[in-house]
Amino acid sequence: MPEVWIPPRMQALTGGKQQVQVAGRTVRQVVNNLDQEFPGIKEYLYDAEADDLVAGIAVIVDGEVSQMGLLERVGENSEVHFLPAIGGGMKP
Amino acid sequence: MLDYQPNIVLSTQEYNVVGKRPIRPDGADKVTGKAMYGADINLPGMLHGRVLRSPHAHARIKSLNTSRAAAYPGVKAVITGADLVQPSGRASELVEGAMTNMRFLSNNVMATDKVLYKGHAVAAVAATSPHVAEEALSLIDVEYEVLPPVMDAKDAMNKDAPLIHERLAAMSTASIRAGGVLDDDDPSQGTNVANHFEFTLGDLEEGFKQADVIVERDASTVAVHQGYIEPHTGTAMWHADGNLTIWSSSQGHFMVRENTARLVGVPISKVKAIPMEIGGGFGAKLAIYCEPLAALLAKKADAPVKVTMNRTEVFEASGPTSGTNVRVKLGATKDGKLTAAEAHLIFEAGAFPGSPVPGGAQCIMGAYDIPNAYIEGYDIVVNRPKTSAYRAPGSPAAAFAMEGAIDELAEKLGIDPIEFRLLNSAKEGTRRATGPLMPKVGFIETLEAAKAHPHYSAQLEGPYRGRGVASGFWGNNTGPSSAVATITPDGVVNLAEGSPDIGGTRASVAQQLAEVLGIPFEDVRPQVVDTDSIGFTSNTGGSGVTFKTGWACYTAAQDIKQQMLERAAKIWDVSLDDVEYVDGVLQHKSDPELRLTFKQMAARQNPTGGPIVGRAGVNPGGAGPALAFHIVDVEVDPDTGKVTILRYTALQDAGKAIHPSYVEGQIQGAVAQGIGWALNEEYFVNDQGHMMNSSFLDYRMPVSLDLPMIDTVIVEVANPNHPYGVRGVGEVGIVPPMAAISNAIYQAIGVRMTSLPMNPGKVLEALWQSNGNTS
Repeated sequence: MPEVWIPPRMQALTGGKQQVQVAGRTVRQVVNNLDQEFPGIKEYLYDAEADDLVAGIAVIVDGEVSQMGLLERVGENSEVHFLPAIGGGMKP
Repeated sequence: MLDYQPNIVLSTQEYNVVGKRPIRPDGADKVTGKAMYGADINLPGMLHGRVLRSPHAHARIKSLNTSRAAAYPGVKAVITGADLVQPSGRASELVEGAMTNMRFLSNNVMATDKVLYKGHAVAAVAATSPHVAEEALSLIDVEYEVLPPVMDAKDAMNKDAPLIHERLAAMSTASIRAGGVLDDDDPSQGTNVANHFEFTLGDLEEGFKQADVIVERDASTVAVHQGYIEPHTGTAMWHADGNLTIWSSSQGHFMVRENTARLVGVPISKVKAIPMEIGGGFGAKLAIYCEPLAALLAKKADAPVKVTMNRTEVFEASGPTSGTNVRVKLGATKDGKLTAAEAHLIFEAGAFPGSPVPGGAQCIMGAYDIPNAYIEGYDIVVNRPKTSAYRAPGSPAAAFAMEGAIDELAEKLGIDPIEFRLLNSAKEGTRRATGPLMPKVGFIETLEAAKAHPHYSAQLEGPYRGRGVASGFWGNNTGPSSAVATITPDGVVNLAEGSPDIGGTRASVAQQLAEVLGIPFEDVRPQVVDTDSIGFTSNTGGSGVTFKTGWACYTAAQDIKQQMLERAAKIWDVSLDDVEYVDGVLQHKSDPELRLTFKQMAARQNPTGGPIVGRAGVNPGGAGPALAFHIVDVEVDPDTGKVTILRYTALQDAGKAIHPSYVEGQIQGAVAQGIGWALNEEYFVNDQGHMMNSSFLDYRMPVSLDLPMIDTVIVEVANPNHPYGVRGVGEVGIVPPMAAISNAIYQAIGVRMTSLPMNPGKVLEALWQSNGNTS
């Protein structure tokens, strides 16, 4: 299963776990499954109105910043990170 | 006579057009004065806009009366903050990408109830001449209740500090994002701390336990300006059908279109933004100031309006970079392996949230493999102009602290500073302090090139002279981009793209198209076209254009190639599989008689199926980080404290230098800016929050006499995510200079400078203190 690295601010929701294994073939599925296991975490990551990741959050899959957001494909052994996006010129 | 070769390119793969140095297509118009910059636009019946700005750094607007100005002869329109749309205060993502808080953007373009920095726009006038408009500004009556300004981030973080925004939300709840405004029914107290975030890796405490040597250091920087030659400007004209045309100089006319539409209150589709040539941006032209004001004045006056800042307005009311405080602590074993690192970054955002502290935090340890790490960042609002991006935003200030500490650690361990970095360098697969794994980078190759460079082994003789080195990391960026290529009957490609050209990118993207098609560079005519004429193209920023728009041009060229193959098969009545395209020639794989050059096929477009149009809309990932390493020799005058740069060599992994001259130019320009930032530049602000040096006479930027030749070494470790291996080059060159110069000063006089600028006064003071003389 993909491994999700939990940002420090959200680790209170995962009982202090820094990495968790969550099923999913896309970032959207990973976020939904993450919320099943750790209720409330989706609110930090998902903007229902925009049907997108929360503004200011970037998702990194296997070391590369995704340009596809929720639609990004995630492999069975992928690593998924959620980091603050950087304005003015750089992705994390 | 040099005893070594300057400006080396360590090329790993050769191409026909890529990697060569053709003459830039925009060069002739620029050097003959024919290029049209933002303020060069003049329309029939055009009015001139001028802006009334706050004389206070922090004040409440008690009353604002524009009636006397409106009645002044020649005045055609007056606007205030009430004329701008006041959008939601929640941070949001624009339709076309970048995150912003539109309420703050609106309030920065023009204040409503409070002014938050000296120079903050309060009202604007459009009149028949600039002089009339300026005269009318003096007739606008504003009554202020002056409030105490908060000029420093640490002061602003105090619990009893005056609040810049009474309703600014802290990052305490998930539903309110960084830099948002509290809901009306939310009883929470506002804050000056717009954002606080952390990164953790491994076990920090255990990491420091493993260390034999620990170094701690505080470093600070003050606000500096990008110093572009061309001030901000915007010209607006409304059409009878309700459409709006804007001419401006920016790093993204699609950004201009969307932001202006939102602040003026019209659909995006009603706005056409025309990109003019740009006289420098360095990140600061990723924001808008004049365009919405010109549009609103033009609407009221029913005539075109141009609004242009003067230099003082640029200093006081556009976006410099942050003043910063950074503390780092590093630990290493006696054999030179880093075991732990922590960093605390506090950045001033200016009057509205959004400093480059996320960039600083994510870059500060980017060059190194550190198993245990902690990083935190604070984004703090203060009564200064809202900061803008400035070349590798956040990373230079972070590197000033980090690279000084690395230097100190290497010295304490008795290890050569390049060897120390080689022992700890980030490489493909390194776990970054922020979590993700490092993609392929060329830092080791860059360090090896530095070690082998004659500069590093050259004797440096004489007193008060020292050599310093430093590394730099920048993540680079990408984004959506578009390209459309058409072909004239005589075989020249007209290439339309949407990336404003601030660094020679017309050439670098056209070279990629020419390479695919096997045609001479001179047979491609690249143009940056308006928002109605090309698909969305993200901003010129993040050193991303040669990567992303290069990808678009590469893809558009492949499209042309495919169409030409199909046309040739049709002409020869053969299978498509039997036709190939080699070096600009279409040929049958087995019949040498069947052959058409690119130009011959161009002439036969219409009768074989109509015009051939190559097109691409892309959003490529994998921009790949940039890493740099600099070597500098300085001499310090012990009587005056003046630091002279004797020799400078900048090495950088470019992936593949599409046009090496422009890569060298980017590196040299970045180093020149870094030297200015290191030695002289600063916003000199008094206790009332007034900038006291808001002109180029008093704001000391380096001139040619201050700088030696800056030698470059381009290292090419191909980025696997680009067809020619490109990685961005424009920004990382500004990251190492401040730390490298500080480290060189230490070698020269034995004093570690930890605060910028390292101007003569500060150096002298530090020398006196080190000598025990404080008089």
